[in-house]
Amino acid sequence: MSKMFSKDNREAFFNALNFNNPIAAQVLGICSALAVTSQLKPAIVMSFCVTCIVALSNVIISLIRKTIPNRIRIIIQLVVVAALVTIVSILLKAVAYDVSVQLSVYVGLIITNCILMGRLEAFAMMNGPWSSFLDGIGNGLGYAAFLISVGFVRELFGSGCLFGVKIIPDCVYSWGYVDNGMMTMPAMALIILGCLIALHRYLNKNKDI
Amino acid sequence: MNTNNNTYTIVYASLVVIVVAFLLAFVSKVLEPQSLANERIDKKKQILASLNVRDVPNSDVESKYEELVLQDMIVDVNGQVVAEGNNHDKDGFALSMKEISPEKLPIYVCQVSPGKDGKKFVFPLIGKGLWGSIWGYIALNSDLRTVYGTYFSHQSETAGLGARITELAFQNQFVGKVISKDGSQDIDLTVVKSGRVQDTAVECDGITGATLTCNGVSDMLHDCLSNYKNYLKFDEK
Repeated sequence: MSKMFSKDNREAFFNALNFNNPIAAQVLGICSALAVTSQLKPAIVMSFCVTCIVALSNVIISLIRKTIPNRIRIIIQLVVVAALVTIVSILLKAVAYDVSVQLSVYVGLIITNCILMGRLEAFAMMNGPWSSFLDGIGNGLGYAAFLISVGFVRELFGSGCLFGVKIIPDCVYSWGYVDNGMMTMPAMALIILGCLIALHRYLNKNKDI
Repeated sequence: MNTNNNTYTIVYASLVVIVVAFLLAFVSKVLEPQSLANERIDKKKQILASLNVRDVPNSDVESKYEELVLQDMIVDVNGQVVAEGNNHDKDGFALSMKEISPEKLPIYVCQVSPGKDGKKFVFPLIGKGLWGSIWGYIALNSDLRTVYGTYFSHQSETAGLGARITELAFQNQFVGKVISKDGSQDIDLTVVKSGRVQDTAVECDGITGATLTCNGVSDMLHDCLSNYKNYLKFDEK
């Protein structure tokens, strides 16, 4: 048990969550972070999908890492990721159809999410399945933290709702408050993300990122 | 073992591909009935939305649809009935948006309230927006002229601009308008640039900043409804 949560493994997990965060520090996976965060629900589903896929593909690649021919390793990684993504997208269609419509192409685009290839190539190819799993979960949650914060701000100020439920009371509107339409556009997500990254760097300014 | 050997590489790649292919085929086959059912419910929801029946929970969609929609007939461009549509979603409903052609035009005959006036006709619409396809349904009253309700959706219009064609405020503007003016042989129902409405009988106010998407909606209404001209008996007016 102590070995399962050894210092290295804990580092693999918590580093990804904090100062080696895929979005804030590595600046990977920005495209989808801008596209699916106009509301909280798709942001959460997307985070969940990415977390599952990073963790699973990390484990699979880590298990077969010694058998993969070096020359085609990127192709094998892609095939594994593509298969998992396709399975997730079929599952979503069957279980949560409206979410899958909302996420539309972005589920398929998880294949090209740089976080996946980055983690597979940088971590899973060199580490055992358990630490790869932790690394995957850590990175997925790190990605989720940013996606959900951006989604929260955008949905709250863009449409006055959270999870589609009105949060800002009508009386505030009658005092002249208006929803910020800019928030529903991807450009604003980039600005919010920029602010979050700046905050993250400020909090971690003593560490070498 | 030498993993860089050519034979090993080829065998390895083939094995991976075969395993993945089987896995995907299996998952897709197992979940197919459920995803098809979801697609069917989604389509029914859209048709109901055009009849101003919105926010029906997914579990009630089938029964509500069954209650309101009587026939899913198919007509052709000459106004001839190809299929009566009395076999429970096997005719017009079974046609996907892509399969709609001048030879096969679905019409949903609905009864929203008792009596002749409660009879509504729903026509599918498909067209091009600014970035991708747009589609929808338009319900006409039993006079086959006045709009009873509309539903529009889109694939990838700009959020906050073109994507607002999905909003109720935009769709409700169409209610009560006519699809063609008295004596006109053409489909006159259009969306005009925001704030330029002159003829309130056939013109709807567009969305500011989304002129191209709104033009797409106009073209879609014109092109799709034109196919039904013979059925709508335009020449007899």
